[in-house]
Amino acid sequence: MPSKKNATPANPAPATEELEGPPPPEPVSPVQVLYCAVCSFPPEYCEFGSSLTRCKEWLKENYPDLYDKYYSENALTAKVGTLSLEAQTKLEKDTAKKEAKAEAKADAALKKKLASQITIKRIERNKRKHVTAIHGLDAFGVDLKKASKQFASKFATGSSVTKNLQGQDEVVVQGDVSDEIVDMIEAGVGVLKGIPVDNVEIVEEKKKKGGD
Amino acid sequence: MFKKFSPSTDIAGQTPVKSSVQRAIRAAVLSQWKIEPETLEAIWPKKEGLVHVKCREHISIYTVHGEPLIIQHFDGPYYPTLRLLHKYPYILPKVGIDRGAIRFLLAGAPMMCPGLTSKGGYLPPADAALPAGTPVAIHAEGKDNAVGIGLMKLGSEEMRRINKDVGVEVTTYLGDDLWALKAL
Repeated sequence: MPSKKNATPANPAPATEELEGPPPPEPVSPVQVLYCAVCSFPPEYCEFGSSLTRCKEWLKENYPDLYDKYYSENALTAKVGTLSLEAQTKLEKDTAKKEAKAEAKADAALKKKLASQITIKRIERNKRKHVTAIHGLDAFGVDLKKASKQFASKFATGSSVTKNLQGQDEVVVQGDVSDEIVDMIEAGVGVLKGIPVDNVEIVEEKKKKGGD
Repeated sequence: MFKKFSPSTDIAGQTPVKSSVQRAIRAAVLSQWKIEPETLEAIWPKKEGLVHVKCREHISIYTVHGEPLIIQHFDGPYYPTLRLLHKYPYILPKVGIDRGAIRFLLAGAPMMCPGLTSKGGYLPPADAALPAGTPVAIHAEGKDNAVGIGLMKLGSEEMRRINKDVGVEVTTYLGDDLWALKAL
């Protein structure tokens, strides 16, 4: 599902509504609420979110009149309203702290993403038959189901999303296709876009002796 | 209710709702919300089947075209989702909280009486008092849009009298995990 970013407040609902208006009492048309593209809140609540500075920039760029309404000098003084000065400063401090925290978190997540590995494992089934298990695609925001579908149609073999021994999801493709998959990741075909090849690792898993 | 909610682990299954049950839900929603039949028809056309998304802890979400519209806990009252409420702000009775309470609400805390009875808060006047157990839209001081949806734990008159402890239990609020879900 393509997530419609809330920068466009015009969603499809009102259009259909106007079409089906034959019953005499017209349906009340919905209020179009603008949502901030950064934090997804209505802009008046951005100040409570964890990305106030970026929200402010976004609003200033896209809706300067609203920006004036929410962040101009007298708006700020009016806002303080019933709150004591003390509580207000505390609130501001909290917001700043929250923002810093969220930023650190985002940073850490990005680092983790860059550091995470993709393992392509060739597992021996029978003497000459293999399956290929690809683990770690989800760290790069790849939809595993879609990826498995793509592999299945590309290699014309069975492919599925299964849980491995550790209970994590991985894509299992029938047949030994590890090199081809590396090529695909390199070329960034379909859903595999944007994965650094350096993080890809090929391992081989032999069946234990006397297994069969 | 939705402070922590992840579709992959918390959803048990999705089923289309039987038309007889849909009729019952439609009637219940019409009687519980202040909404005209035409408007409900516009947001949930009769022809479009409702899909029941069953979640853990007896939470039911009803979706139309994957967009969550109605929430129900066990067999309690029906709540609209916050996005729906933003589009049709008048369908639930309003209460207001003062500015100091906003950040607690956004952290998922239930709303305490003083936040509702203070100068910045708003409770309906005595002749339109709300009994306990009513779903309400929670508005905030100086803001136009609702910030959350809750369930009255005390009647509005009781709240004024007691003025202590939890007044409104919060069902869903701006920025919780249900808010982040635009489609199921």
